[in-house]
Amino acid sequence: MTSAIPAPPAEPTSSPENTPSVKTRSTPEKKARRQYSDRVRAERRLGWLLAGPAFIVMLLVTLYPILQAAFESLFQFRLTTPDEREFVGLGNYAVILTDSVWWRDLGTTLLITVVTVAVELVLGFALALVMDKALKSIKGVLRTAILVPYGIITVVSAFAWFYAFDINSGYVNSWFDWLPGIDENTNWFAQTGTALFVIMASEIWKTTPFISLLLLAGLAQVPGELTEAAKVDGATWWEQMSRVIIPNMKAAIMVAVLFRALDAFRIFDNVFIMTNGAYGTEVLSLLAYRQSISRLEIGLGSAVSVLLFLCVLIISFIAIRLFKVDLAGTQGGK
Amino acid sequence: MTNSGTKKKVLWAIVTVLVLVYALFPVMSILATSFKAPSDLTSGTFLPSSGTATTSNYEQILVGDAQGLFLSALRNSIGISLIATFIAVVLATLCAYAIARLDFPGKGLVLTTALAVSIFPVISIVTPLFNLWRTIGLYDTWLGLIIPYLSLTLPISIWTLAAFFRQIPWELEQAAQVDGATTWQAFRKAIVPLAAPGVFTTAIIAFFIAWNDFVYGISLTSTETARPVPAALAFFTGASQFEAPTGAISAAAIIVTIPVVLLVLLFQRQIVSGLTSGAVKG
Repeated sequence: MTSAIPAPPAEPTSSPENTPSVKTRSTPEKKARRQYSDRVRAERRLGWLLAGPAFIVMLLVTLYPILQAAFESLFQFRLTTPDEREFVGLGNYAVILTDSVWWRDLGTTLLITVVTVAVELVLGFALALVMDKALKSIKGVLRTAILVPYGIITVVSAFAWFYAFDINSGYVNSWFDWLPGIDENTNWFAQTGTALFVIMASEIWKTTPFISLLLLAGLAQVPGELTEAAKVDGATWWEQMSRVIIPNMKAAIMVAVLFRALDAFRIFDNVFIMTNGAYGTEVLSLLAYRQSISRLEIGLGSAVSVLLFLCVLIISFIAIRLFKVDLAGTQGGK
Repeated sequence: MTNSGTKKKVLWAIVTVLVLVYALFPVMSILATSFKAPSDLTSGTFLPSSGTATTSNYEQILVGDAQGLFLSALRNSIGISLIATFIAVVLATLCAYAIARLDFPGKGLVLTTALAVSIFPVISIVTPLFNLWRTIGLYDTWLGLIIPYLSLTLPISIWTLAAFFRQIPWELEQAAQVDGATTWQAFRKAIVPLAAPGVFTTAIIAFFIAWNDFVYGISLTSTETARPVPAALAFFTGASQFEAPTGAISAAAIIVTIPVVLLVLLFQRQIVSGLTSGAVKG
């Protein structure tokens, strides 16, 4: 899933609470205050009336399930034998955290996250520069083209890459058989390294457009005078980039990286379609899926789910602390 | 000068072609595969061998054996995604209006919640829902997918719409209020027409996300009554047990990509502005 980058909603051009106090300036102070607070109260009520339903729905579809998962993770519980449900405390967590599978899957997930985000950042920045500099007529074409991977279904992307590399239906082997190590018998999906390569290629292809559009928006906010001044001072292209442009869009880069990292950490579709976790390509989401949906081990599966959630929390927390990313912006200035 | 001008033109032509190849090659690849005959699948070439290109894969999923499987999945995907998008956009429109326009305590809480929900690992919600849905009978139903889809579509809709709403000239609303309209009337008569383009763009983005879902689709359904296309693709089987479903899957993949390409072609400008509107003010 791609996430919206939060744009802090701006302050209303004129704060509504000022309006009545201006209107009633000439009336006695007591009356003014009562009118003012009536108005404020009405506004607050309307605010929650409008925002409340969305807020409650969001809590119902996420907070409630994660609390339920936290509860169920304390039991040894398999759907096939519902009568043998047994309270085990933190036992499930102990089982998972002492199992090498968890640590191997965590490693795979982190590897995929780091590599894809790093490649996407470079590729996305290059694409953003191209779109920024392109003439208007080309710009529309380029934007339309890169929105195709953005909008395409991840599963479709996974199949496209899978069939291209697959030993039976693929053409990559016959195209690149002049490269050392590739011949008609190269089975890309039978080794960890090559399988992860194709999985990451599909992931990168599909999500780079999103990162590049965010970086494009960041580029647009670099003051033109600064770049011009640097040019006049004789700065090379590289100096303009590293001294002026990149420092001025640091916030955009950080937010794009954090959002993509959290998104990549949840990778599931590409791995499920291409290898289903075989040959050491299993990721944490797939581990959770395998425990609860395939094996119906609700207790263990819930514990994996909770641990995955904690990982996401820790990553966000570290990122926000480390890079001082102000994710929620000024939150309307209040 | 003319020389460097030509050079620049050639350079831009090369760059444009490179970007087009990057963006479209995998789509072309699966498009080519979708026209391959079963005997041609192992030829090791990009295009179908000359003279063997066939539409039999499309016939198989649209009017042939796999028709029931694919068309019901297509119906589920369209119906569930549209309903989830509609509900999310309605709720988000009200919510974003309140955030952009009204002063009430807890505004920050609503926005932070939307943010937290949008980074939530989907798989963490699936396990408890799987169990709960089986108990209360929502497993393998449309409603059983529409509800969790809101966790995908609602937060992004709130953020996108809140960003759109601050670009609206609010003086119009004040003018309406001065003319005696209530806050609600001002919202409905003066603002809704102005806000409609932003709402529409948000709907496209939310639809893409719902259309893309795979985790909920495979976890919370088991039959053709509710299984959406991405999940159905993963469970496709060949015409016979000795035949790989490669061709049929490719054809189905192309069909579900058509709406995406159409929306992108028609609304690329709006989608880009929706994705980036006011993204990260330094």
